[in-house]
Amino acid sequence: MTGETGAALVELRGIVKNFGAVQALAGVDLEIQSGRMVSVVGHNGAGKSTLMQILGGTLAADGGTIRVAGHGVGAGYGVRRAGALGIRSVFQELSLCPNLSAEENTRVIHSALAGPGWRRRARRLIGAALDAIFPGHGIDPRRPVGDLPIGQRQMVETARAFTETDRKVRLVILDEPTASLDATATGQLLGYTAEARGRGIAVVFISHRLPEILGHADEVIVMRDGQVVGSGAAGQLTEAQLVEMMGVMRAAEPAQMAGAREWRGEIRVAAAARPDARFAVTVRAGEVVGLAGLAGHGQRALLRAVFEAAGHRRGALQVNGTVASVSGDRRIEGIFPLWSVGRNTTIGCVRRLARFGWLSPAREAAVAEEWRVRLDIRAPDIGTPILSLSGGNQQKVLVARAFAADADIILFDDPLRGVDVATKRELYRHVRRAAEAGRAFLWYTTENAELENCDRVYVFYRGVVTDEIAHAELSEERVIGASFGAEPAIAG
Amino acid sequence: MPADVTAEMAAGIAAGAGERGARRAAALRVGLPAAALVVMLSVIFAMQPRAMSYFGLSVLLNFTLPAIFAAMAQMAVIAVGDIDLGIGPFLSLVNCIAATLLATRPLFGWLALAALVAAYAGMGALIHVRRLPSIVVTLGASFVWLGLALLVLPSPGGAPPGWLPALFAWQPPFVPLPVLASILLAALGQFLLMHTSYGVVLRGIGGHPRAIARAGWSLLAGRMALYALAGASGVIAGLALTGLNTAGDATVGAQYTLTSIAAVIVGGGEFVGGIVTPLGTVIGAWIMLLAGSLLSFLNISTDWQLSVQGGILIVVLGLRALNRWSAA
Repeated sequence: MTGETGAALVELRGIVKNFGAVQALAGVDLEIQSGRMVSVVGHNGAGKSTLMQILGGTLAADGGTIRVAGHGVGAGYGVRRAGALGIRSVFQELSLCPNLSAEENTRVIHSALAGPGWRRRARRLIGAALDAIFPGHGIDPRRPVGDLPIGQRQMVETARAFTETDRKVRLVILDEPTASLDATATGQLLGYTAEARGRGIAVVFISHRLPEILGHADEVIVMRDGQVVGSGAAGQLTEAQLVEMMGVMRAAEPAQMAGAREWRGEIRVAAAARPDARFAVTVRAGEVVGLAGLAGHGQRALLRAVFEAAGHRRGALQVNGTVASVSGDRRIEGIFPLWSVGRNTTIGCVRRLARFGWLSPAREAAVAEEWRVRLDIRAPDIGTPILSLSGGNQQKVLVARAFAADADIILFDDPLRGVDVATKRELYRHVRRAAEAGRAFLWYTTENAELENCDRVYVFYRGVVTDEIAHAELSEERVIGASFGAEPAIAG
Repeated sequence: MPADVTAEMAAGIAAGAGERGARRAAALRVGLPAAALVVMLSVIFAMQPRAMSYFGLSVLLNFTLPAIFAAMAQMAVIAVGDIDLGIGPFLSLVNCIAATLLATRPLFGWLALAALVAAYAGMGALIHVRRLPSIVVTLGASFVWLGLALLVLPSPGGAPPGWLPALFAWQPPFVPLPVLASILLAALGQFLLMHTSYGVVLRGIGGHPRAIARAGWSLLAGRMALYALAGASGVIAGLALTGLNTAGDATVGAQYTLTSIAAVIVGGGEFVGGIVTPLGTVIGAWIMLLAGSLLSFLNISTDWQLSVQGGILIVVLGLRALNRWSAA
């Protein structure tokens, strides 16, 4: 059934996808044969999730062709068509309705489960799938899934993708299915995929655990910058080779480094290492510390904890000084859309500007104007509505707000995502200058090139720091290795 | 071996406890309001033994019919995570149409009522397509309903067609009409929303719309269906109100906005969407209704009725928040 005939189950050719000015996929080719498990690996922004969403029909491609079982699927390709063709997706964020039970959630994806007795049939279907994949799961299919612990919810979601009514399953996309499963359930699932492949079902498996991939996949596809940069049979690849393929050092933005220095500044943030971790996090005044790793592995949690603990000791986390935060998600966490540039700048320091509870418009304007000039915000004057600025300049206003707040510690939550290169370069310079003036930066970024601007980098993997890299030793291979949980020694 | 066995046993016990806990939580959702209703009825019967008869119940539960249908309309909207602030004036509008057009030009009257149901479905479509907050759209609509009601019937009066009061004065054998209607409505609603396969999809929209969309269902159709259901329930509620009042009044429905929301919430529903039960909603409507009667039996001025109904709502929501904190 596989290989030689050349009729792949799924054939993607030249898939292109743009989000605004950012090209997420730059012409991706992918072939999946029946009964094979293909693993897609890549670092942040490599495009694997985007590609899977296009394959699963939840996102439309901007260019390229998709053929399923030899038939071209046209512009109307969407979830409904994908479902009819037997393509099922298990997404990273759970796509179960928390208020519905497992059997009801099963009914949602099967239109055949209707009419008298549908509930009984749905219960039998999901129960059988759960029993087959996760024997001894102990899940009651009548309970609302919102009441189940996350691991069991993931089991229900995974099992649901393998249920069949009149619609047969031909391809199951598993996007990080093992992230919330324990070791036993992970083993059960990987064992089951072998059995499913035996029945001719193809599987796409995405995981950040390289040993799982190398141990179980038939084929590995490596993606970087929206392109497939390598592939091979899983049995002939090693972890080191994968890490190497995932990250070839790109031409980084010119970094504004003062060179290696001894850091003698006051300790601003000290987070003790967890018992299972080798590294503690410390940030001193005047230091720019980067937080790297795959998205969602604990970087943001650290930023949030530092923000909440500002000024006082809290358990194993000590934060010494005032904190200001800049988020890359400016529409939700950043700007006040109806306010002017000036108001948006000074809102972080109104307490300092106020006298006896009264704000002096003149002082407020002076501060706003000062920062507009210092950060070169391209607005005619501080009274300009913030929404009339470009995205990059809006982001500059948020940085200006953090600087104007005169905080000791500035938290960056991937603030330059989607910002143009020129603006990025300017802001890197301002960050460096502010650091030299004694501010401490904790900078979470999903763009590895940005780490060049940091004095030190901590890499996160599953909530734990797996490597601490000084600027002089920074290499993308080492960052990627640690983001997939490799021991730092390997990289050396 | 011993370690394994104990671990397994512990896991089994924990799972069992969790399961029991969840079942209990689900049972409490409807059980608690049901128990509260039994207590209220007991107090009323103890104070007024005469209420415990066919005739007594009929009087006590006089305005049950508009209340349960209005609550059911509200529940259909809350089921998708929206809220309807216009149901009260909507009842008034139906009331005014029923007391004028429906009697003078029946065909025209029925067409007008059908158009109102369609308008509700259209409101659902508007909210979905334009991503508008339901609270704004339905509040805006409430003024439209009120204005139309005043256009149809500028001052209280009019008369419904003769069959309408007769229908709601019908005395079925053994069980008074309000009780019978409540049981039938709860059973029908429970069947449609909780037991049919499309009801699952509708509740799923309230729980996690993207998941439903990913499974290939139309969110637009789902929301329109629920809003149409709300409109139809609202029309029935308005007709019931007309049958009981035997006259039209453009402000008669105003109070039903608050009481319908309260009925859904007191009956175990949640504002977050997807967590409602028709049975609980009917029970909630009874509780809100009897709260008024209980006040008059206790010789407390009925001026307090609205405050008490609002107070019950706040207490229920407050207790639920406390419960969530202690569980977290």
